[in-house]
Order: sequence, then C-alpha cells, then structure tokens
Amino acid sequence: MRVVTLSEPDDFDGWRDAARGLIAADVPPDDVVWQVGDEPVDLFATVADPAPVPAPGAFSVPRAFLDLARSAILGSDPERFALLYTLLFRLRREPKLIEDRADPLVRRLDRIAKDVRRDIHKMRAFLRFRELDEEGGTRFVAWFEPDHHIVRANAAFFVNRFASMRWSILTPEVSIHWDGKALCEGPGASKADAPDGDPTEEVWKTYYASIFNPARVKIGAMLKEMPKKYWKNMPETALVPGLLAAAQARESGMIAKARDTVGGNSLIAWEALRDEAAGCTRCPLYKPATQTVFGEGPVDAPLMFVGEQPGDQEDLAGRPFVGPAGQMFDKAMAEAGVDRSRAYVTNAVKHFKFEQRGKRRIHAKPGAGEIDACRWWIEQEQMLIKPKVTVALGATAARSLFGKVMTIGRERGRALQLPDGGEAWITVHPSYLLRLPDPVQAGEEYARFVEDLRVVGGRVG
Amino acid sequence: MAQLDTREKLEILADAAKYDASCASSGTTKRNSKDGKGLGSTEGMGICHAYAPDGRCISLLKILLTNSCIFDCHYCINRKSSNVRRARFTAKEVVDLTIAFYKRNYIEGLFLSSGIIASSNYTMEQMVEVARSLREDHHFRGYIHLKTIPDADPELVHQAGLYADRVSINVELPTANGLKRLAPEKDGVRIETAMAEVKAAIIDGKDAKAKYKSAPKFAPAGQSTQMIVGADAATDGDIVRKASTLYDRFGLRRVYYSAFSPIPDASAVLPLQRPPLMREHRLYQSDWLMRFYEFQPHEVVAAADDATGMLPLDIDPKLAWALKFRGSFPVDVNRAPREMLLRVPGLGVKAVNGILTSRRWRRLHLADVARLTVSVAKIRPFIIAEDWRPVVLSDRAELRPIVAPKPKQMEMFA
Repeated sequence: MRVVTLSEPDDFDGWRDAARGLIAADVPPDDVVWQVGDEPVDLFATVADPAPVPAPGAFSVPRAFLDLARSAILGSDPERFALLYTLLFRLRREPKLIEDRADPLVRRLDRIAKDVRRDIHKMRAFLRFRELDEEGGTRFVAWFEPDHHIVRANAAFFVNRFASMRWSILTPEVSIHWDGKALCEGPGASKADAPDGDPTEEVWKTYYASIFNPARVKIGAMLKEMPKKYWKNMPETALVPGLLAAAQARESGMIAKARDTVGGNSLIAWEALRDEAAGCTRCPLYKPATQTVFGEGPVDAPLMFVGEQPGDQEDLAGRPFVGPAGQMFDKAMAEAGVDRSRAYVTNAVKHFKFEQRGKRRIHAKPGAGEIDACRWWIEQEQMLIKPKVTVALGATAARSLFGKVMTIGRERGRALQLPDGGEAWITVHPSYLLRLPDPVQAGEEYARFVEDLRVVGGRVG
Repeated sequence: MAQLDTREKLEILADAAKYDASCASSGTTKRNSKDGKGLGSTEGMGICHAYAPDGRCISLLKILLTNSCIFDCHYCINRKSSNVRRARFTAKEVVDLTIAFYKRNYIEGLFLSSGIIASSNYTMEQMVEVARSLREDHHFRGYIHLKTIPDADPELVHQAGLYADRVSINVELPTANGLKRLAPEKDGVRIETAMAEVKAAIIDGKDAKAKYKSAPKFAPAGQSTQMIVGADAATDGDIVRKASTLYDRFGLRRVYYSAFSPIPDASAVLPLQRPPLMREHRLYQSDWLMRFYEFQPHEVVAAADDATGMLPLDIDPKLAWALKFRGSFPVDVNRAPREMLLRVPGLGVKAVNGILTSRRWRRLHLADVARLTVSVAKIRPFIIAEDWRPVVLSDRAELRPIVAPKPKQMEMFA
C-alpha cells in the first residue's frame, strides 16, 4: 500500500506529479491511498510505502483528461483523487476511454467536475462585497461559503474584474487578498471577520424589490438557479418572503382596479378591437368567408348574448343576428320584455363556416379548434363590456364561454359561474327553434326560450 | 413635485423597466481590468447575480432614464395617459449607481432604456451620454445594453453601438394590426428600418475590424428585440414565423418574449388578465428548437394545433412534434445522424454530443443512454439501443399519456 500526501485539497500539481510516478511504476489504483495534509490515514495502510519519485520520461494523456482532472480535483468528494487515478490507469490501455461519456467512471468524474464548475459560477454570481473603510483607503470584503475547493481556482476571475480595487474574499477554508498589485493568501476565516453591512445594500434591495413582477411568480425557477443554501450571504434574499406574500394581492388588485375603472375610452377600445378582428387569421375559416362578423351593441351593455357563428346573411352583411335566427331572437326578446337595444350580441366563432352545395352555402358546425381559436375575441369583448350577465345561445357558445362541453339540458335555467367569475346562463340557439318540424313542439320550445330570456332580463333589472 | 432621492427614483424607474424580458449579459468580447485602470470584465458567458421571485435572472441594472413618455402605447405602464409616478435620472446618477452596484458584485453591467421625452434625438443623446461617461470617464469594462429609439438620428444610434455591447429595438407586437391598435404612434416599418440600419452597422464594424485591428467594435453582442405575447390576436404560429423572419432579416442574436402582464393604471383598450406564462415558456422552447435543435420554423409551426395555430400548453413543442410525426421514430442511438438524435424528446444537445462521441468506441445500451440523460423513461419509446427496441410502446395507439408530464397542482405561494 502506498500513501500519497497532497499539500492542499485542490493540489492539482501534487496529484499530477504523484500520479505520473505511480503510473511509471505501474502501481494499480487499489494499492494507493490518497490523503491531504495531516488527515488521518487509512487504518489498513499501516505500512506505508512512500510514493515513488516522479520518473523521467513523458507519459502523454489526452487533453480532455487534463481538463476533466483540473476541475474534478477541486471537488469535495473524498474519492476524487483515487477516481482520477483509476481513470488515468485505465487510459493507458484504453486511450479513447475519455471520449466515452457513457462510461460509469467517466460519467461520475464528469458529474464531480460539473458540480465544481457550477460552484465556481455561483461564487462569481452570488458573492457580495461590502465596503470597508480602513487605513489607506477602502477595501471591499466578501464572505462566501463554497461547496468545493474552488477559491484559489476562482481568484483570477476576481482579479481580472476588480483589479483596480482592494479586496478580500474570506471563506472557511482559505482567504485571498488583493492589494491592487498582488494576490496573497491567508488562513480560513469566519463570518464574523467580514463587515456586517454596507449602506448600498439598501439601495440594491430597493432595486431587487422593484424589478420583481408580482404577476409572474415562479418560485421553482428562482430556487433552481438560486438554491436556498446561498441565501444566507445574499442581502436581497431577505425580501423574498415578503414579496411573495404580497404578490397575489398586488396582482389581483391591479386586475380588479382595471376592471372597475369606468372606461372613458371603452368605445375607442372596442372599435380598435373590431378593426383588429377584421384582419383575423387565427384559424383557416377567414379564407372562404366574406368578412369577420364582430359583435354589436352598446359597450356598457348589461347583457351579452353569444351565438354560434354568422350565417349566410350575416356573412354578407357583416353584422351579427340579422338572418332568420336573429329575427327570431329579436321577436322573442320583445315578447320577453327585454330591451334589445341594451344587449350586446356576438358569436363564438366570427367567420361563417359553410359547405358549398351548388350555389348554396350550407351552414357547417364549427369544430373545437375553431372555437378555441376564436375564444380570444370573446374574452376581449367580455373584458371590455363587462356584462352583468352573459347568455350562451346553444352548445357552441357554451363550449366557448366555459372552455369545455356543457350539456344544455342539464345546465339550462340556472345561473352559472364563468371561469373568470362572471354570471352566465345557457339556453338554446334560436336556429334550433327554426329547425323543429313539429309545430306543437316548436311552440312549446319557443315559449321556453322566451321564458329563459325573461329570467335573464330580470337578472339585469 | 417634491424632489426624489436616488433611491426613490430607482424604485420608480426599475419598476418601469421590469416589463422588458431581456437581461442577458452574454455573447460579447472578452475584456478585463488587469491594467489596474478600469473596472470590470466580460467573460463571454453572462452571469446572473440574483434571481427574483418571478424566476427571472438579474444580471444587469435594468432601469429607465425616465418613465415620462410622449407616446401613448396601451400595453405600456409609462404611456402618456398613465397616472404612474414619474421620475428622471441624471446621467451621473445612473453612472454612479452602476459603478456602486458593480463594485459590490451585484451586477454585470447596465441595461438602459427610456421613455421618450422632448424628442427622440434628445432622449437618445442622454442615453449615449451615460454609456460614454461609463466607458470614457470611468473606464467601465462591464456589459452595457442600450435600448435604441427607432426615430433617433442614425448617427446617435451609431454612437450607442460604439459604447454598448448590445443594442436593441423592440418590435413590441407580432402583428401589424396589433401594433396599430395598441401602439398607434409606433410605426412597424420604421422599427424594422432601424433594425436593418443596426444590422448594417454591425456588419460594417466587423469588416473594419478585419481590416484594421484598431477599428472600434460596434455592438459586439449584436442586437436583440422583444415581442409582447397575449396582447394581440397573434397565434403561436404567427409569432414563431415572425421571430424567424426577424432572425433571418436582421441577424438578431435573440428574440425575447414577454407575456403581457398586468400593470398599474392599465389602459381600458387592453383589459388585464393573468399573464400567459406557460405560453411564453412554450414559445421560448420553440425558439430553442430553432436555435439549437436544427428545427425549421415551419416544423415548429407544424407542432402547433392545425386549427388554432397554438402550441400545446401541457407538453413541450419537441414532444408535440414527435407525437405528431411518429413515423420519424424510433431513432437508433447507434446509427442515427445528429439531426435525428436532436429530435428525440428528452435528449438534450449535451446528451446527443455524449452519444455521438461514445458510440464511436462501442455500441450503446439503454443503460448508457440512461447515464447520459435525466430520465430514460421518457426517451425509451422513441429510441432503439443495442438491447432495446420499443415494440410495445411505439405501437400503442395512445403514446401521449405515457410520455406527457403528469398534471400537477400548480405551485402557488410557498
């Protein structure tokens, strides 16, 4: 059994010199014990052969191995020296092994190296300097607790960046100091050795709180990149719980305030929306249709009726509810005593879907995709008009408003809640009444429809 | 109005800047301060110095010079008609803040944008002055991103590019109709002309640099732009096509997406709702497919639903594409070319590179693939390995429930 003693936990040169000698002497990995400084030695390695003196003569190893080793040696895994030597030993016979990233040993070392690189990156990111007045000027001092033995390897980064400042980085294992010209090293430190504050931190916290958007809370994404173990040395993280606690209220407050504001320019907004809809290409129905048929009615209407889609006449006129079903609707509204002029009428789908049969264009039922594509417009209309009650005429309208299939028979005749909270009712589409062949049944259904309208009319007074 | 101190101004002007998604500090030339004269360095790869609870990286001090604006864009918190509190930084205040934050290792540099005050040229001059002072008075070698103003004099934009690592102009909305409705004073053609001018200046700068080593660098980290998602009627298909056109025509480094998010004192033209964060996420994923996975724009669009033009929200676009074009699978990890391996859902670029180098030396088994990836269970139905062939799985009619992520309760406020 041979014992190799390295001077420091990140002693790459020491490891490399020893490994060279061991390889030259053909010492198998199992016969080597690696240790750092005066750590306790393996109990079974009582008879310790000294490590062989480096043998002259080149032993060339792949570049990729050296890159891997330089990173992995900084890891906190106590087996890293042995694992690297094992890989080196195998590389002599299988020089291409280093390229086999799926090999378990290569993979394990890759992982160690990856953790080290991440730790190096996070130190560059999350280390915070505090300004300290001392004799001869100011010094910037940071306290950081890395997971791996990365401080020396990372020093060059801070020198390159902050060469004109005087600074110290204190860590439990080692401290490094820069005086503007040279880097020197000191023993490990404790948090108490670092300054406990810096007035600029309050300004930084102001920035942190202000740049956060309370409407986009994504805790998982934050924690993935900034795990809690780093928080204790980052002043701004103290704000996180408070920001999260207030976020929901801030967001819903903004939405509620915007909804309650009496929109002085909602007519302009509605006209702009209608103009934008005229160019809609969200689904392919715009191609054969004549034009977009947008909703119609007062922008402060308390009642909003949603039909299925424009028919042949609506498509040509560019206005909703002007064909036979629309006329039936107007008649029923009048009989129910509901003021038609105070209702906003629109359709779930805003282009006419049809099949051409000879010269006639026959109505075709819109598909779920087309309803979903067009829902964007309904949502915008709803948000602008903010009706007290929305009425879905038929299954297509109900599918659009609720985002799922609704059974008219079951849901008819009672107040329902829309996904965004508004009140809605479901009844049949007037074209259904036009299609009933049995005059008795048609009469009964018409009366039911009028009754439904009377009820919703009563809801808005 | 009472005088605001720097911290109060910062509160207003950072709040006003947070709707800009970009905070990248990567892709520029390497610089350092080893000469002992300046401050700062850039490494090529950006660094995120903190993360806000919205999951966004904080890499730069992202602020507006002023949030006063003569424009009235409905989606914007800073529009003329908004009742938001107004503030204005002096150039010196911005410079001092940047230096103070940088010295404490809070940031990689500055991202400066501004509302338009007085005139486009006046505003642009003020922004250029900040960058000039940082670079010339303080020898600041960190990262600077300047938002340029489309109507500003091209000479000013050119100066901006000489000081900044990156310049950007937001196209704001993916459709011309949307821009007309929501930003009536902005001109889509003018925005694109400005982007074309920046592209030309970047190319000229590179040419000059190739000829004369001393030629100044122009925006070495290139230009980027941002589109707001969910404020106009654009579908995901429209947005992906628009982004790819922008990449092609203007040589953009990045197109950022920003889910339209509630703002204080919103305009009635643009009613508020919860921002479509998942949609934004899927669009970013589709952007990655085009930038790193060799997907063509029309292929990403093909992953969207044919009727709605929208990408699925419950699964990522790569998986959506694979489920739609199952005939392309399974892919043999021991034989398939790189571009096909990149199509396998769950195989990232690193895993694919690992497969390509490893398989030169031996035939890969499923366990090998497992070591190279996070979860082999999701990948298995789409690959063939030395000891694996997905007979049962790939024939099963409904593959989606097996590979799609299980629906889970959305995290709220932990």
